[in-house]
Amino acid sequence: MLRKASSFPEEMLEHVLSFITSDKDRNAVSLVCKSWYEIERWCRKRIFVGNCYAVRPEMVIRRFPELRSVELKGKPHFADFDLVPDGWGGCVYPWIAALATAYPLLEEIKLKRMVVSDESLEVIAKSFKNFKVLVLSSCEGFSTDGLAAVAANCRNLRGLDLRESEVDDPSGQWLSRFPDSFTSLASLNISCLGAEVSFSALERLVGRCPDLKTLRLNHAVPLDKLANLLRGAPQLVELGTGAYSAELQPDVFSNLAGAFSGCKELRSLSGFWNVFPGYLPAVYPVCSGLTSLNLRDANIQGADLIKLVSQCRSLQRLWVLDYIEDIGLEELAACCKDLTELRVFPSDPYGAEPNVSLTERGLVSVSEGCPKLQSVLYFCRQMTNAALVTIAKNSPRMTCFRLCIIEPRAPDYQTLQPLDLGFGAIVENCKDLRRLSLSGLLTDRVFEYIGTYAKKLEMLSVAFAGDSDLGLHHVLSGCEKLCKLEIRDCPFGDNALLANAAKLETMRSLWMSSCSVSFRACKLLGQKMPRLNVEVIDERGPPDLRPENCPVEKLYIYRTIAGPRFDMPGFVWTMNGDSV
Amino acid sequence: MKVYFTHHDMYIHIYIYIYIYIRAQVVGWPPVRSFRKNMLAVQKSSTDQGSTEKVPGGNATCVKVSMVGAPYLRKVDLKNYNSYHELSDALGKMLSSFTIGNCGGSHGTKDFLNESRLVDLLNGTDYVPTYEDKDGDWMLVGDVPWDMFVESCKRLRIMKGTEATGLAPRAMEKCKNRSFK
Repeated sequence: MLRKASSFPEEMLEHVLSFITSDKDRNAVSLVCKSWYEIERWCRKRIFVGNCYAVRPEMVIRRFPELRSVELKGKPHFADFDLVPDGWGGCVYPWIAALATAYPLLEEIKLKRMVVSDESLEVIAKSFKNFKVLVLSSCEGFSTDGLAAVAANCRNLRGLDLRESEVDDPSGQWLSRFPDSFTSLASLNISCLGAEVSFSALERLVGRCPDLKTLRLNHAVPLDKLANLLRGAPQLVELGTGAYSAELQPDVFSNLAGAFSGCKELRSLSGFWNVFPGYLPAVYPVCSGLTSLNLRDANIQGADLIKLVSQCRSLQRLWVLDYIEDIGLEELAACCKDLTELRVFPSDPYGAEPNVSLTERGLVSVSEGCPKLQSVLYFCRQMTNAALVTIAKNSPRMTCFRLCIIEPRAPDYQTLQPLDLGFGAIVENCKDLRRLSLSGLLTDRVFEYIGTYAKKLEMLSVAFAGDSDLGLHHVLSGCEKLCKLEIRDCPFGDNALLANAAKLETMRSLWMSSCSVSFRACKLLGQKMPRLNVEVIDERGPPDLRPENCPVEKLYIYRTIAGPRFDMPGFVWTMNGDSV
Repeated sequence: MKVYFTHHDMYIHIYIYIYIYIRAQVVGWPPVRSFRKNMLAVQKSSTDQGSTEKVPGGNATCVKVSMVGAPYLRKVDLKNYNSYHELSDALGKMLSSFTIGNCGGSHGTKDFLNESRLVDLLNGTDYVPTYEDKDGDWMLVGDVPWDMFVESCKRLRIMKGTEATGLAPRAMEKCKNRSFK
């Protein structure tokens, strides 16, 4: 067999490999034998680095000399909720500098939760002659000056997507930096920008880019201008509106409705800030073709909301505020049989009392009416085990289930029992579950269920749950495919962590904050496991000024072949054999 | 939350109020992005006042903090502080976490803030905290009453003493003309 492998023509293998694009498959190919490793690495075009600190850029460059697309992730997920102090890290500059020298033909850079400076953007703009796609997802640290550099220099840009990034935008003029000869844009997402962009520049840009399929505007683009944009781009597939309100004027309305009717390819809608309901019927012509509707920023309520949603019979994905209420979700369940993903966000997350009538019943209706439901994110204020059991039975194909009961440690409101049985039913019935977020009153029992049944689980988020270390031990010892575990405010301590130290090397990362892991255990773990970075994050000051058995504030552990990092701020300490 | 009325109900009331207060202080819960907090604040205010246009950040109190030599911007929520003293403590802590970093490339990699420079930081000898107000003017931090500052501050910038000297006269003039509540 070995002889056959080495006499297989390289070119043929390369050709076969060109059809293999999934990272996991590529990784598997590279492990077959040394020659396949070599052939594979020379023809790999895309790389995904789930933790920018797991590997150094030089290592990536050395192994894969011909990359065209690099995707990096920086901060842990809980950074979205202000749990990672500013300045922790995730600076992309060292990567950009290295990539600029190594890959002059690089075409795509996709970053998530990274700190991107204007200087990084300038380097990108000037280093890659054939640069095509820039995606900055939940990034921060840059301003519209950096964007101006990209606009001015990237002659072949096809996509610029700033989704959910925090951009300092003193000037709306950056859009005008796209030269008049620039026509290659296919995708533009500026929905996160706070300030106005130059509308005339936007209009001209949209008008001269015939391949533009995705356009997500920011709130500052007024409704009366939207029709002009749409007429300039009737080929749009995905649209994010700006502010959706204006004084109701018949000619503005009919102009807008006409413009929407002209967009026959429209499949995805978002935006809808500050909705004036009188203008909603203008989108009705496109509703029947929509597969994705994102109303998470829309203050549409009651009958207006239900009417809009129930017209979207082809809907596969709906993101909406809890203004939809149980009654709206019932209607959704009746009308949208192709629904695969539902996210319901809280309109008043910090209010002490419920402001809308959204309960567990809404989610149960959807699970009953929508047989293809696979992905759920649901914020609500009450839940029962019975409801969860029903949902589990109705949706065995669920792959992502994230429930957030707003009150921490809230029990089953009918029986006052913990919700262990309910979540247990979810993990037992939904055999393909890859992602789970828990909430409500939960004991160690629920973790026993998870460890026993959730064999395909890759990501678990836990808050205010469990009684003891046993909970953590069940998860670490039972969940074979676990990749990311994030925990806050749980009574998990040293024992489970140290007993399952080897498991941590099989995962991407573990986050624990406001738990009971002592500084001593962190040091031990760091000493025992050289291929883990054990980062203690503590804004109270150096942990060795406190007793060793004092719990650390926050702990972030990740596997790495890059060794300890050197860009840590003053409140982060890496536990290593030598540095401790 | 169930309230059981026993002969200890007065104490239970107190515990409930403390519980509500403590719960309100839990960071990052419910898990809604702070990015979204500002958006929600905008929606609520505009529906309350019946106006149809509002710039995000108009009512929300998360402001960006930038600093000379820093490779990235940070942010603070002014609602978390009750006085300039508290804010300057927080800024001091935030800025003391700069170490010899590699971010930003050509910026001074030796911008290390040690103890004594920190002391100088908010005393105005080396660095001066300034802010951009609603009118787009750059003002010295500390010139107006705290509440008025929170109301009008759009962003913070820690400038070098030399950069900020030009501000003083304008700031003073503006203050003189302002009517204090």
